[in-house]
Amino acid sequence: MADPIKVYPPKPSHVYFYATCLVDMFYPDAGMAGIQLLEREGIRVIFPEDQTCCGQPAYTSGYHDEARAVARAQLDLFPEDWPIVVPSGSCGGMMRKHYPGLFRNTDQETKAAGIATRTWELTDFLLNVCHIKLEDLGEPTNVAMHTSCSARREMGIAEVGPRLIGQLNNVNLIEQVRAEECCGFGGTFAVRHPEISGAMVSEKVDTLTDTGAGTFVTTDCGCLMNIAGFAGKNQKPLSGQHILSFLWERTNPGKEDNS
Amino acid sequence: MTQTPHHTDVREFHPRARAAIADPKIRKNFRKAMDGLITKRKDAFEGWDLEALRDLGANIRLRALANLPDLLEQLEKKLSENGVKVHWAIDGDEACRIIRDICVARNAKTVIKGKSMVTEEMELNHYLDDHDIEALESDLGEYIVQLAGETPSHIIMPAIHKNTGEISELMHEKTGTDLSSDVEYLTASARHQLREKFMNADVGVSGVNFAVAETGTLCLVENEGNGRMTTTVPQCHIAVTGIEKVVGKLEDVAPLLALLTRSATGQHITTYFNMISGPRKPEELDGPEEVHLVLVDNGRSSIYQDDELLDTLRCIRCGACMNHCPVYTRVGGHTYGTTYPGPIGKILMPHLIGLDEGRHLPTASSLCGACGEVCPVKIPIPDLLVRLRQESVDGDKLNPAKVRGHGAKRGTLEAMVWKGWSWMHARPGVYRLGTKVASRLRRLQPGNLGGWTRYRTAPKLAARTLHERMKERSQ
Ligand code: SF4
Repeated sequence: MADPIKVYPPKPSHVYFYATCLVDMFYPDAGMAGIQLLEREGIRVIFPEDQTCCGQPAYTSGYHDEARAVARAQLDLFPEDWPIVVPSGSCGGMMRKHYPGLFRNTDQETKAAGIATRTWELTDFLLNVCHIKLEDLGEPTNVAMHTSCSARREMGIAEVGPRLIGQLNNVNLIEQVRAEECCGFGGTFAVRHPEISGAMVSEKVDTLTDTGAGTFVTTDCGCLMNIAGFAGKNQKPLSGQHILSFLWERTNPGKEDNS
Repeated sequence: MTQTPHHTDVREFHPRARAAIADPKIRKNFRKAMDGLITKRKDAFEGWDLEALRDLGANIRLRALANLPDLLEQLEKKLSENGVKVHWAIDGDEACRIIRDICVARNAKTVIKGKSMVTEEMELNHYLDDHDIEALESDLGEYIVQLAGETPSHIIMPAIHKNTGEISELMHEKTGTDLSSDVEYLTASARHQLREKFMNADVGVSGVNFAVAETGTLCLVENEGNGRMTTTVPQCHIAVTGIEKVVGKLEDVAPLLALLTRSATGQHITTYFNMISGPRKPEELDGPEEVHLVLVDNGRSSIYQDDELLDTLRCIRCGACMNHCPVYTRVGGHTYGTTYPGPIGKILMPHLIGLDEGRHLPTASSLCGACGEVCPVKIPIPDLLVRLRQESVDGDKLNPAKVRGHGAKRGTLEAMVWKGWSWMHARPGVYRLGTKVASRLRRLQPGNLGGWTRYRTAPKLAARTLHERMKERSQ
């Protein structure tokens, strides 16, 4: 299926914020950070209350009827022609790249295709649509970055995170070796093939630890859970954070949670 | 000759994966080899407009597939005019029979083989062995795995799972070669052993990289010269290929070749590029007096019927998808238990053996997309993996499954879990209530989440969901 061509829109007055179920349940701080970063850019953020999940877990597991039922419940949440921003490469990828195929030959085909073209991963949106300028107010620090495979390959935004971090004067981004290699999450893959996934995340934790940064940031909660979870269980000196939380904290010290 | 194990034994994927991961030697051999190949590929495309070249490659393959029936007819006609005998085989058994019949007609007892994956797919060596015909692999890597009584673990580098020390020991044990860490010496010894076999072989069997319909030319890419010997020294040469390997014109070959060698081993060009268009002509001194081409279907025409699955047939067998696959790198080729391992194996094998046998294959991927990113002919491998996952659980009533053995992976419990998941997530009110309750009860969250928590801590639910926080904020 052809990729919808990526043409950045002009900076809009409003956006829809699509949180993803992992952000909703496990990393709401990252969601709040994303919303506040957008608001600081003068954008009104609409959070459709009825959002649940993009349907990706069932989709990649092969249960497309079930995925479609869940995805269908999201299609009417974005009535205005505003951009839909997603704090995740993988859920963004699902909506942008897979919705059109999932709804092919259904009554929702056009609607799904329309949603695909206006879905953006949030850091990409901040950098390339909002042209955000970050003022670093934090102490000098080192950080490593892991770009999720869907951010890198489906959304084509591997450069976005480093460029945003590059705007932070006091942050030194240290590149890991094999930066483009998967951390081994892969949704149900981590559970279906625990040994293979375990071997992958173990090496990813090593390469991130070897940077000496002590912390890493990432665009995706799945990778975050996987990498930080392994480091935690194995007492590795590595902690992780969603990149949005990191960017918000660096530019608003002491105001992480002003919900 | 050592008996090679049979090719397809996918049921034991999980235990073999566990064993491979627990084996530091396998892990080290593969990691080192793959890191090297990844760097070499990258360097080889330095200065090229890789995307444009991949588009060209993909288009050439798509164009060829769109005209496949016509091109095959044209190929047969041209080759026949050139004096090549063309045979059609519906499956591996028929292809083996055809080859045996040719051997019997020539009273042949020994066959020397150049590298060919399709003959691995049809287990030609076993078949010939059962009919008292000796088949000897002449590609160095294939020769090594044959000595070891194994099957290839990679489609380009069959013995990549072994390091020099292991190869030296094996050659010492089986052929009496001195133990040595000198690769040159080991290669020279193997070459010496093989030369003799070449001189005495009755029949040479080779694969085909591209078959050109317009001219009736069989192109063969190789590095060791064994392909050239296989196709010229014995008096009879049998080329074997899957029906999808045909391209329209001679000019289609150049871009595909540029992509193939760089993607495979990072070489700008291979040492040998053979173009075979017929047997020796009366005035010529060298070459076989008889040339055959066996065109093997073996499930390919059924893939051909489906617009999406058809993309699988674009493959030019470069192996780059394996070299870049983080799963393949961890477990090695033998774990798959299939003729074609790695990403291409996961999308091709289900068609050859059916999803009942191969149902674990499409799940053994994190869908990271590295395979699709490097594939020189842009096969959307991750999308095809998802399609086959859907087929293996019969997960889409709108697009009914078609692949043989579909639905074999569907379990009642798993299907019910997804139904329940879908029911909850399609009802916003239920979802909000459910997630709110879960966050309140998060201290009761189970600490043991099976495969997940064997290696990681359980993820912690937040005290309040984002939904709740946004609700409070708006009040
Ligand atoms: S699928 Fe693509 S990368 Fe893999 S072997 Fe075939 S051509 Fe090469």
